[in-house]
Amino acid sequence: MTARVAVVVFPGTNCEHDVVGALAGLGGDAELVWHGQRSLAGYDAVVLPGGFAHGDYLRPGAIARFSPVMEAVARFAAAGGPVVGICNGFQVLTEAGLLPGALQKNAGLRFVCTTTGIEVCTTRTPLTAHSAVGDVLRLPINHFEGNYTCDGATLARLRAEDRIVFRYTDNPNGSVDDIAGVCNEQGNVVGLMPHPERACDPLLGSTDGAVLLGSLLGVADTRSRAVPA
Amino acid sequence: MRFEVLVEVRLRPGIADPQGATVERALPALGFAGIDHVRVGKAIRLQVEAPDKAAAATTAQAVTERLLANPVIEEADVQVLGPVPAEVAVP
Amino acid sequence: MEGTTETGEPLHRALGLTDDEAVAIERILGRPPNQLELAMYAVMWSEHCSYKSSRVHLRRLPTTGPEVLVGPGENAGVVDVGDGIAVAIRIESHNHPSAVEPYQGAATGVGGILRDIFTMGARPIALMDPLFFGPLDDARTRWLVEGVVSGISGYGNAVGVPTVGGQLTFAPCYARNPLVNVLCLGVMPVERLVLGRASGEGNLAILLGATTGRDGIGGVSVLASAGFEDTEAGTDKRPSVQVGDPFEEKRLIEACLELLDRGLVVGIQDLGGAGLSCATSETAARAGMGMDVDVRAVPLRQPGMAPFEVMTSESQERMLAIVTPANRHAVEEVCRRWEVRATVVGTVTAPGPSGGRLRVLDGPEGPVLADVPAASLSEDAPLYRRPMAPPSDAAARRAQDPAALPAPDDCGPDVLAMVQDTSWVWRQYDHQLFLNTVVGPGADAAVLRLAAPGLPPSRRGLALSTDANPRWCAVDPRRGTAWTVAESAVNVACAGARPVVLVNCLNFGNPEHPEVMWQLSEAVDGMAEACEALGIPVVGGNVSLYNESNGRDIDPTPVVAVLGVIEELRRRPPVPGLVPGHAVVVLGDTTDALAGSRWAVERHGQRGGELPPFDGPAIARLLRLLVTLVGEDDLLSGVHDVSEGGLGVALAECAVASATGARLRGVVGHGALFSEVPGRVVVCTGRPGSVLDAAAAAGVPAAVLGEAGGERLVVEGLVDLPVADLIAAWRSALPAALDEPLPAGESG
Repeated sequence: MTARVAVVVFPGTNCEHDVVGALAGLGGDAELVWHGQRSLAGYDAVVLPGGFAHGDYLRPGAIARFSPVMEAVARFAAAGGPVVGICNGFQVLTEAGLLPGALQKNAGLRFVCTTTGIEVCTTRTPLTAHSAVGDVLRLPINHFEGNYTCDGATLARLRAEDRIVFRYTDNPNGSVDDIAGVCNEQGNVVGLMPHPERACDPLLGSTDGAVLLGSLLGVADTRSRAVPA
Repeated sequence: MRFEVLVEVRLRPGIADPQGATVERALPALGFAGIDHVRVGKAIRLQVEAPDKAAAATTAQAVTERLLANPVIEEADVQVLGPVPAEVAVP
Repeated sequence: MEGTTETGEPLHRALGLTDDEAVAIERILGRPPNQLELAMYAVMWSEHCSYKSSRVHLRRLPTTGPEVLVGPGENAGVVDVGDGIAVAIRIESHNHPSAVEPYQGAATGVGGILRDIFTMGARPIALMDPLFFGPLDDARTRWLVEGVVSGISGYGNAVGVPTVGGQLTFAPCYARNPLVNVLCLGVMPVERLVLGRASGEGNLAILLGATTGRDGIGGVSVLASAGFEDTEAGTDKRPSVQVGDPFEEKRLIEACLELLDRGLVVGIQDLGGAGLSCATSETAARAGMGMDVDVRAVPLRQPGMAPFEVMTSESQERMLAIVTPANRHAVEEVCRRWEVRATVVGTVTAPGPSGGRLRVLDGPEGPVLADVPAASLSEDAPLYRRPMAPPSDAAARRAQDPAALPAPDDCGPDVLAMVQDTSWVWRQYDHQLFLNTVVGPGADAAVLRLAAPGLPPSRRGLALSTDANPRWCAVDPRRGTAWTVAESAVNVACAGARPVVLVNCLNFGNPEHPEVMWQLSEAVDGMAEACEALGIPVVGGNVSLYNESNGRDIDPTPVVAVLGVIEELRRRPPVPGLVPGHAVVVLGDTTDALAGSRWAVERHGQRGGELPPFDGPAIARLLRLLVTLVGEDDLLSGVHDVSEGGLGVALAECAVASATGARLRGVVGHGALFSEVPGRVVVCTGRPGSVLDAAAAAGVPAAVLGEAGGERLVVEGLVDLPVADLIAAWRSALPAALDEPLPAGESG
């Protein structure tokens, strides 16, 4: 593969090595990019990994969205580049306005770390291009504030425009319409609360995350060959 | 001059508030009746350097809109409480 | 001049020092101490910091072994696990703060143990939390459980270290005094091991991390009210509870590990009990040097703090790095990048004719506020030989033998009452981060891949278990503690790991009670006996005393953790479970001894009797057998250590794990079903002949109990239960007791 994936690290991010490792295990080439960096030139995909950027203080992602790197992420997204926000990364993308809605505290007011059923709802995104609608993947979730919320008008739009990417089969946190992940209008920016990187190794249990990250690498690879360096 | 500012951040009406609901549910068992509509928000205090109260309010409003409240789910009130006496100001 | 408090009490007594200790301090200094010096000795010589009541006993523990790199006495024990990798491990308690403020008490307990690990140069990769509470029918206990679990979750998850196991025990003796013990394990390339040593005259002492506030000063606060220091009138500025900041700690971890990777520090020490007084004096003493500390240079959270407050503050998330002047700017640059405060607060000084001095100065060349021999604060701490005596009613307790209890007609209800799913707790912990957790919470031992950024590659794995059994130890602290060590070793062997080291946390009652000192001494002897018999050195320990509830001492609660090494972790080791059609075999000898069992104590209120002796050789044979059996591919389809609740609960837990029943016979009575004598393991296997042969060759008794399969768990003559009932009881036990709904979402 020729694709290079940028994995952004904010102070407090903690899943970056897991994401890099999972992508490497699938044949990808991923690098850590510090949040202070202003350029993402040369990268074919961007991942905002999970963790607790800035301790999740004030609101998860509220401070991280102002990091210098986020302007580059916005430009990359506007140009159609694949961007994936996992868990805390999803929270950063919503705070940054790159995805609609917001993530609130889980309805049960507890942190939840478990593996659960996630249904693929659309294949129009870089993450789900290799899946089929209706596929149920067993993926780990790990969050206190994963309760997706948006107003009625936004929800109607998301449904009409095929922008709900994943739903929980057994809603663990009260998310509206069981939403576990959404994408932007173009379909190139995806945010999801589950952690695909935690489901890529048979030694650890489920490998259902591999199809998602593999799809991302495939799309990034196509992009890397098409877009002049 | 230095002004003490209080920003109250609230969930917008209609947004689910499990914390408020939980607090409300706990009250009868503690012997309190007739209390409802409990909503849990945040109070953020800051000291702002500004020429006058109005300028302090403007600055605080800008900070609130940019960072302290997420307009998707929150709204906020900004209240300038008054000038901070020089001796009491925290270095 | 010592002075007195407002009530006329000599200051040293108000600070918690005895008259003898005050005399000793004066003899050490060759003059009376001033108040700052008195405060520093008071905190350093407190029970919590000096272990003065327990050191004389702890010396009897075996602490050496060929793989041990660092034994007790440093911040953490360190063991060489091969492939150029060293593992640091420690367990600590944060009991009393958690009783007052459960969330922050538990959270800061996590913070503290993490610092003990990364101060050795290791990246923390796993936490475990053995927890002990009173019965859940008390609303206050439910509040404590909620708070403690939330605190461990809130801090551990945010700082980014997975919590991979622990233990949950409910007993009346903990009702007003919960026990919150936290274990941390870290990994490093062997070359990154660093000790807290302030060597090199002229080297700088740099304080890293959070600002210093008035946290934890409680005991010496009398100095402020004595009116000798300048304070703001009328305001109580002393926080009784420390608030942890996991984000600060995360940045501190990354900054410190980078400093160590780049060889920028000579030594590093975390700030815990007794704060700066401890970190400065201990680092200097270990290197045989002295240190000058500029109290005005310390960044403060609150203005106007007095020198004694600065030197004894226990504010969280601070480290002390010893740095050559040449490396100062590089260190500051690393810290700036990680947004970690770095401030030069002192200098290493050459020792004089009688050793290095710790001097506290009021400004860079300022007046000397305190001047003491650096080593005396720790090395000259009193060593108590407190009176010990066995319980006066020992004979009566021995006579209270559960063997006299009538046999139940049906053991089913007892089994149903003793099964409990603890996932309500551990689903609040991130137990998956770092992609190392091959077996997570809920099994006998956590199994971890040995991997981290910057670590040499390894195919080895680690197995870790924390264990404690206050019921056994209440009957017989010596045998009970030996049994606890055995259980922990067997737990890791069930994962195919060879036990290599042990750490402990000794939670006991009031040491001024002779029976409590006797319990502690006996527990130490039991631990020593088991560790020697099994070849497991003790590389670290913690002691928590004065644990009392409603004026009653807690039951002796020695907590141990055994770390094991798996030579090659190719696949997930077998865990508790049953496969239809496979044989169910029990390894080890089953007796009907019920003393100290959950059945006797919880189901029948019978707390006495006698524990059979600890059989070291039998346990050792079982450990070797397990490592062999588990290491062989496709031999065992299920493995479960028999401990709390005996065979009955172990079989039930296997049935629940696989939603599969079994038809078993050969368990001769309720005694055999519920006995908890260690040294037995239930295995499920498709090749029982091979297992029996291997057991015979290893000198371990083994018997086929029957076959797995079906929808009922049947143990002939004793138990006949639908597996569905077992699952329902298991799933609902803890949420029901906590008055909580069953968790949503599928189980993982």
